[in-house]
Amino acid sequence: MKGLAKLYRMGEVEVHALRGVDLDLFAGELVVLLGPSGSGKSTLLNILGGLDTASAGEVVYREKDLTRAAERELTEYRRHHVGFVFQFYNLIPSLTAQENVAVVTDIAKRPMKPEDALSLVGLGERLTHFPAQMSGGEQQRVAIARAIAKNPDVLLCDEPTGALDSTTGIKVLEALERANRELATTTVIITHNADIAGIADRVIHLSDGRISEVSVNDVKKRPGDLHW
Amino acid sequence: MLDRKLLRDLWKMKGQALAIVLVIVSGVATYVMLIGTMDSLNMTRDRFYRDHRFADVFAQLKRAPDSVKAQIAEIPGIGTAETRVAADVKLDIKGFPEPVTARIVSLPDVGQPLLNTPYIRKGRMLEPYRSDEVLVSEAFAEAHRLSPGDTFGAVINGRWKTLVIVGTALSPEFVLQSRPGAISPDYKRYAILWMGRDGLGTAYNMKGAFNDVILTLSRGARAEDVILRLDSLLDRYGGLGAYARKEQISHRFLSEEFKQLQRSADIFPAIFIAVSAFLLNVVVSRTVGIQRDQIAILKAFGYSNLGVGVHYTKMVLVIVVAGIAGGLAAGTRLGEALGGVYMAFYRFPYLVFELRPGVALTAAGITTAAALAGTFFSVHRAATLPPAEAMRPEPPALYRRSIVERLGIGRLLAQPTRMILRNIGKRPARSLLMIAGVALSCAIMIAATFSKDAVDFMVDVQFTRSQKEDLTVTFTDPTSKKAVYELMGLRGVTHAEVFRSVPARLRFGHRSYRTSIQGIEPGGSLNTPLDSSLRPISLPEDGIVLNDYLGAILGIRPGDMLTVEVLEGNRPVRQVPVVGLVKQYIGLQGYMDIHALNRLMKEGGAISGAYLSVDPRYRAEVYKTLVEMPRVAGAVVRKEEIRNFYDTQAEALLFFTFIATILGGTIAFGVVYNSARIALSERSRELASLRVLGYTRAEISYIFLGELGLITIASIPLGMLMGREIASYIARAISSELFRVPMVIGGATYSLAAAVVVVSACFSGLIVRHRLDHLDLVAVLKARE
Ligand SMILES: Nc1ncnc2c1ncn2[C@@H]1O[C@H](COP(=O)(O)OP(=O)(O)O)[C@@H](O)[C@H]1O
Ligand SMILES: [Mg+2]
Repeated sequence: MKGLAKLYRMGEVEVHALRGVDLDLFAGELVVLLGPSGSGKSTLLNILGGLDTASAGEVVYREKDLTRAAERELTEYRRHHVGFVFQFYNLIPSLTAQENVAVVTDIAKRPMKPEDALSLVGLGERLTHFPAQMSGGEQQRVAIARAIAKNPDVLLCDEPTGALDSTTGIKVLEALERANRELATTTVIITHNADIAGIADRVIHLSDGRISEVSVNDVKKRPGDLHW
Repeated sequence: MLDRKLLRDLWKMKGQALAIVLVIVSGVATYVMLIGTMDSLNMTRDRFYRDHRFADVFAQLKRAPDSVKAQIAEIPGIGTAETRVAADVKLDIKGFPEPVTARIVSLPDVGQPLLNTPYIRKGRMLEPYRSDEVLVSEAFAEAHRLSPGDTFGAVINGRWKTLVIVGTALSPEFVLQSRPGAISPDYKRYAILWMGRDGLGTAYNMKGAFNDVILTLSRGARAEDVILRLDSLLDRYGGLGAYARKEQISHRFLSEEFKQLQRSADIFPAIFIAVSAFLLNVVVSRTVGIQRDQIAILKAFGYSNLGVGVHYTKMVLVIVVAGIAGGLAAGTRLGEALGGVYMAFYRFPYLVFELRPGVALTAAGITTAAALAGTFFSVHRAATLPPAEAMRPEPPALYRRSIVERLGIGRLLAQPTRMILRNIGKRPARSLLMIAGVALSCAIMIAATFSKDAVDFMVDVQFTRSQKEDLTVTFTDPTSKKAVYELMGLRGVTHAEVFRSVPARLRFGHRSYRTSIQGIEPGGSLNTPLDSSLRPISLPEDGIVLNDYLGAILGIRPGDMLTVEVLEGNRPVRQVPVVGLVKQYIGLQGYMDIHALNRLMKEGGAISGAYLSVDPRYRAEVYKTLVEMPRVAGAVVRKEEIRNFYDTQAEALLFFTFIATILGGTIAFGVVYNSARIALSERSRELASLRVLGYTRAEISYIFLGELGLITIASIPLGMLMGREIASYIARAISSELFRVPMVIGGATYSLAAAVVVVSACFSGLIVRHRLDHLDLVAVLKARE
């Protein structure tokens, strides 16, 4: 992506959420996007995921310019290439764990079986439970299973541990790390928690809508070794 | 400050509030329209009756000298009495070939008429002693475009005469101008004429005599007592039995119609008000659900339960007040329109339409009470929610596998379909209420429009299957059977069957009813009375068959002896065994074999008239000859009678169908739209999540609108059942002596109702779809549930 900028206009007030971001993501790498609250992380991720469009600059995904894509093409992109994990899980309350995953596998091109995806995040035994019957961490892992079940090219996670305590958060990160390792999915994890950065190949620091620093971890930590 | 929040909240849910307002408007408007019309018709009628001195008691007789009038006036209990000459005549209207008959009534040459005084609309009053001048009933004049100055021919007592119209008039006696025995007024073929007493008396050999008495009762007098004395006085002069106002034909028709209007006013607004209360309930409880945290904060800051309760009550009241205001305005308009429709039917000189404050207050009171009752629990819950609990989000709903899935069909369903089923199953009560609401809209349409089917059926039975004659000819007096040969001799008459019709008061115990007994040829083909299963009534050789409604009025059963007081000739009183009761839709009559009736009357083969089949090519010729035949009192063309019936009803039916469609549509829209908006507010997060996961707009629309669609579809059969029930209640409620409404609902009525529901649902679906397409994907991801 090049020169990416995002301007929110609310009546008189203008908010520059992104002010010219240049960034390349490589296949299979695990990137942590680090920055204080309000620095533009979510905005960047949403644009990357085709949920939002940039005010200026361009996002190119495999020769395709997402900034100029129509609504239908963006839907197509999300449908087949991107997996999302959000802070508040956003599961469908009326569907069981397995069915929540099936929601995605039903429409994907080369999905895994929902059971396999759930096993991958350690929830092989909870297939028939509804979200209301699961803890936050379990729900988040269902969300991860849902995100990876379509075998996405990119996995985008916006504060996946934000609503969780550290022990549960680590379980979630383990699930993400395992998916990245075993499926070689390009993974972007957003956090404002610097401790989490250890598990990344690359850490991108964002502040005030600009990339302030990019660091490469020579030795990746295992999520199990983290604590915060 | 809270009031500002109130206004913003209302503004945010303006669509929903508007939908509820519309339903309330519909309810209040129907109520005001129906009650207002009722009131104004009643007021109009009362004022017209009072100003034009409508009589209380009526009597016809053969002939009495004027001196008898003094004796009548001496009967205690009589206020004013007037004697008149009245007769039935045939008219000959240029350019109108069909038979036309008229009731001609005398007006005094000297002084003003004392009772039943005509209201002169156009032209002037009769000049004294002018035997060629007449006043013509306004409806008839309009139907034929006749104005003062025009002339027409009349056969008066067998003599052809040219009459000059000097004015058009209306009378309390003929608000509904229908030929005796007809089921609806016929302005083209039946006229009312007024002529000077001297002129009419001369024509009928009634100089210094009269054959018609009308009178008012003095205060506190009982009609029965006066009638008893009047009957015994007129007995000598061939009195045909006096009767009170409630048996007077125009008044009776009016009362029956008013009764029907009253029944509608009882039913329809109630449905609307129930639906509004339900909608308010749903919306307010949802609003309270969404605003839990706000309530908590208000309370944490020290607002009392009462304060919070008042706040939400105000929200309900704003909606209700808007609805009531709109309803009153719309209802007044509609009432005036409906009044106009009725005015074409009822001949009043004016319509007094005013909305009594009482009606408006009642409408407002009932609606407000229902709305508050409907929202009481939600408001109460909001007001008493402990702040700490309110801070927490509402407990998550528990989903279960739906019944459909548990039956094992689940495998076949994709996730979206499962979501639809489970969402419906999650709040079964609300889904059911919603189904009930939409069903009600369907039902209301059916109930409001089925009368057309019922009328079609009634007319089909009566005028197509039962009666097959082209023409019914009535003689001026009972005649020898030979008279029919004269008719059969006319060119074009292919077949004739005779009948005897005897006016009579039927009595059993202390109950009695004035009607007529039809004597028909057994085995005849032109007029075969049918029972309700459409089988021809088999007439026994002896005895009388009554229709069941008449049987019920008299409290008589087969095997009982019926007393028949004949109101004709020398008025014999006879006993006849009732041999059967048959169910019939129109009229209240007794049927006998014509020979049995002749025996009962102790007369040889006398007949009152004949049913004719006429070759269409010679129809006009036959009509013309009939006018000229002195013995013929008049003729009725069956096809024209049917057509006229529809002409007179058409406008009213159209009006009701139109109103019902709008109202049914409003309810369906109100319910579906509100439910959709609430569901959307509950589920936008879930739907946006699906969009994020790559579902297309069409796919999430399916999930969301599928639920609405399913509910709409489920509600239609239920609505049809409910419509049937309400219709059958209405049918029973408006059945009267004139006709019993059969419970017949046509496919088109069902289809129209279903179509209106579906269209309204689609319409709300489209509006919501628009919102679905513009879901803010990013926003929903930021917020917690
Ligand atoms: N829909 C919006 N309208 C206006 N401003 C917004 C909107 N979304 C985000 N912003 C602003 O953009 C900036 C970046 O937000 P965001 O990307 O959510 O930050 P982060 O995720 O890093 O906390 C913030 O200042 C925020 O207030
Ligand atoms: Mg963020």
